[in-house]
Amino acid sequence: MKVGVVTFPGSLDDVDAQRAVRLGGNEAVALWHGDHDLKGVDAVILPGGFSYGDYLRCGAISRFSPVMTEVIDAANRGMPVLGICNGFQILCESHLLPGALIRNDHRKFACLDQALRIENNRTPWTSSYAEGEDVTIVLKNGEGSYVADEATLDLLEGEGRVLARYVGENPNGSLRSIAGITNERGNVVGLMPHPEHAVEDLCGPGTDGLGFFTGLAAAVLA
Amino acid sequence: MARVVVDVMLKPEILDPQGKAVQGALPRLGFDGVQEVRQGKRFELEVDGEVDESRLAELHEIAETLLSNPVIEDYTVHVEGDGALSGKHRA
Repeated sequence: MKVGVVTFPGSLDDVDAQRAVRLGGNEAVALWHGDHDLKGVDAVILPGGFSYGDYLRCGAISRFSPVMTEVIDAANRGMPVLGICNGFQILCESHLLPGALIRNDHRKFACLDQALRIENNRTPWTSSYAEGEDVTIVLKNGEGSYVADEATLDLLEGEGRVLARYVGENPNGSLRSIAGITNERGNVVGLMPHPEHAVEDLCGPGTDGLGFFTGLAAAVLA
Repeated sequence: MARVVVDVMLKPEILDPQGKAVQGALPRLGFDGVQEVRQGKRFELEVDGEVDESRLAELHEIAETLLSNPVIEDYTVHVEGDGALSGKHRA
């Protein structure tokens, strides 16, 4: 299947995400922030980086780019969308996901191999993992602290919409150690750590991230 | 032309690590007695014509959709030199 990867001015991980898509057995399609065109893709990834320089707030300006109008429409129709890091921030700013990401509580940029527990394997992006499976992938962010009000956090936990949680020490102050969440329908996923940096043995902490890209076709066709 | 100032602050319950960093630096510089620092953003907008009620409503919409994120921030809109049309808004 065809998986679009959006490039915004300031995206950093778009090429890695495209590579991960190909290693996962799918076709990667480059999408441009300035186009009202999803080029017929079956799913979309919003990659990490510092789109629009993180000016104003992370993701605040990207959210109004032409391609995002199409992504929001497609997401509301059920298309699988994965936002990684800056992509997660864009999905929150777009109100496709609740809550927001603020500066790490310890004020330093975090860059480490991070253990996560996959708590929801019912999304198209996590279907190749076992529920409760621990994986180690890369975490690298300055503004990765997930916040939402108590009612929203209770709702997310009550509906099983916490996709993944940090295992061990909380690396950025995220409330309830949340690393990723999904929307009510389960097609839109936001994740702060980077599975696309853990898809080959040559570099990164291993291949634990590959499952985000391999399960996609089976999940969508099912 | 009118000048409109929009101030955006993190909601009181949201942690402000930048403010904490500034507060932490003050004693090192010899300034004591500052209990808390919170950092926000100030936007100055030069707008055409008079700021009437409909324009003010539009400015609130600008503040709410782009300048602030109501999930984590509050904003205030002030029209400079016009006390009557200023207004605080808690999103």
